[in-house]
Amino acid sequence: MALSDEDVREILRIIDESALTELQIDTEGFSLHVRKGGGDAPAPIARPGKPPADDKPTPAEPATADGLATITAPMLGTFYRAEAPGKPAFVEVGARVESDTIVCIIEVMKMMNSVTAGVSGVIAEVVPANAELVEYGQSLFRVEPA
Amino acid sequence: MKRIKRVFVANRGEIALRIVNACQELGLETVVGTSEADRDGLAARRADRAVCIGPAPASESYLRDDLVVQAALGTECDAIHPGYGFLSESPKLAARASENGLVFIGPPPEVIELSGDKLRARDEAARAGVPILPGKEIGPGDDARQAADEIGYPVLVKAAGGGGGRGIKLAKDGEELDSLLSLARSEAGAAFGDERLYLERFVANARHVEVQIAADQHGAVVHLGERDCSVQRRYQKVVEEAPAPNLDPATRNALTAEAVAFATAIGYRNLGTVEFVLDVDTGEYFFLEVNCRIQVEHPVTEAVTGRDLVKLQIHIADGNELGFSQNDVTFDGHAIECRLNAEDVAHGFMPSPGTLSLFAVPDHSHLRVDTHLCAGSTIPPYYDSLMAKLIAHAEGREATIDVLLEALEDLDIEGVETNRALLISVLAHEDFRRGAVSTDWLERAIV
Repeated sequence: MALSDEDVREILRIIDESALTELQIDTEGFSLHVRKGGGDAPAPIARPGKPPADDKPTPAEPATADGLATITAPMLGTFYRAEAPGKPAFVEVGARVESDTIVCIIEVMKMMNSVTAGVSGVIAEVVPANAELVEYGQSLFRVEPA
Repeated sequence: MKRIKRVFVANRGEIALRIVNACQELGLETVVGTSEADRDGLAARRADRAVCIGPAPASESYLRDDLVVQAALGTECDAIHPGYGFLSESPKLAARASENGLVFIGPPPEVIELSGDKLRARDEAARAGVPILPGKEIGPGDDARQAADEIGYPVLVKAAGGGGGRGIKLAKDGEELDSLLSLARSEAGAAFGDERLYLERFVANARHVEVQIAADQHGAVVHLGERDCSVQRRYQKVVEEAPAPNLDPATRNALTAEAVAFATAIGYRNLGTVEFVLDVDTGEYFFLEVNCRIQVEHPVTEAVTGRDLVKLQIHIADGNELGFSQNDVTFDGHAIECRLNAEDVAHGFMPSPGTLSLFAVPDHSHLRVDTHLCAGSTIPPYYDSLMAKLIAHAEGREATIDVLLEALEDLDIEGVETNRALLISVLAHEDFRRGAVSTDWLERAIV
């Protein structure tokens, strides 16, 4: 079974809310190592294990070679950086986000869906332009884990 | 009049590729909305653009009309082609598309809604003078046994929201009827969001014959002949052909005329199929249902009429007149299609997803193969198991069967189980070659 991006976020959420400080998960084609709290280990870090048995593409890697995590679109829709036109953006580059920080809105047929960071860190890049169509799994933000 | 320039393809598999190809031949751009499992599929690669609309499960992607319309708008398409299955007969998608200024390539939402309600469609057919099978709606408090006694056993229990062979059960006597009614009702509620059931007479020795119709937005309605789809397993078609073998001309004329009359009566638009059941013993025919989509088996009609039905759908949806009359519709030769599925026939027809280490279709004259697969393709476990449609078109029925048999023998497939051997048994069987099979034949004589 390959872990999806969403699974990883769910795992992180559970760890976040638990007393655990460190976790190692190994499934076929995927391994995840998370350490909570300060120290030298950046969290979360997921590194690709051996290639998955099925070649189903995962929407995005939670963290890549440059150490940045990616917040991906949980659904297709129109990407909005702010609550409404003229309002300040939810986050700018350099902003500190926590797992539950709202980073953007994705609109699907007039339904506004707020998207939370799912990771803690500092926004390093905003990938799509405001009001652009984003696909399911597309990169929205790059985050420097902290 | 709105002109279609860019079409959003809201489907997958061979039909998505078929639509992309038709659009390209018409000089139209295409955007394919894929699930995560189909991102690298042939349709996505062949289209001008592909967007991932959601995760692999259809309920989170291909069945989400909101995502489909949002994706079509976001990619500046002006029309949506829904293919077959998924949202192809969703009045909600049709309505949502037009509310957002998109052309839905199919009938208007109210026609889809009527056709989807099998009870209403029966009533409308009766009103239009088309024969329907004796039947009756059975509410939760109704005396089903009395109704069944009037109709006669065995009797079919059908879901009003079903159709396409889904939501049908057979009761051989009153006891069986009692035992399956409540289950049928809850299944119908769960599967179709509509608990209404009705009883309908079961025709024991039946053939499934359907008529292809085309209607423009200017009042013209024509038929493009009939198809026989009697080779079925569990109400799902396996082999289809045009014309229907051994159909007497009077019945053919009556069926096609009824189909046109019904389509006219309900204000049908675009392409559709009116399905009939033919009682082999009595020669009677009865209306079954109308399908508001391009059918899987449309290529056999294309073969014998020489008309591209997907292009015709787009042509009509764009507001054009049909451009031909009934007299212009001519028929040439015989065509048979068989559906190659990734399934394990020996183990209860279990789907057999996997990666094709080898898949090569023969290049024969008189043979058309519609497929989205090639060597290296993966058949994901989330969707139906259709791998390819093999369509033969030749002068006579015998010759057509031989083309298909040769093609099936020459297929190279490795990596998944398929129903190829079953298809060969069907085509080679004396009963089939005589053109004398009924809808229960496959399960009786072959499986």
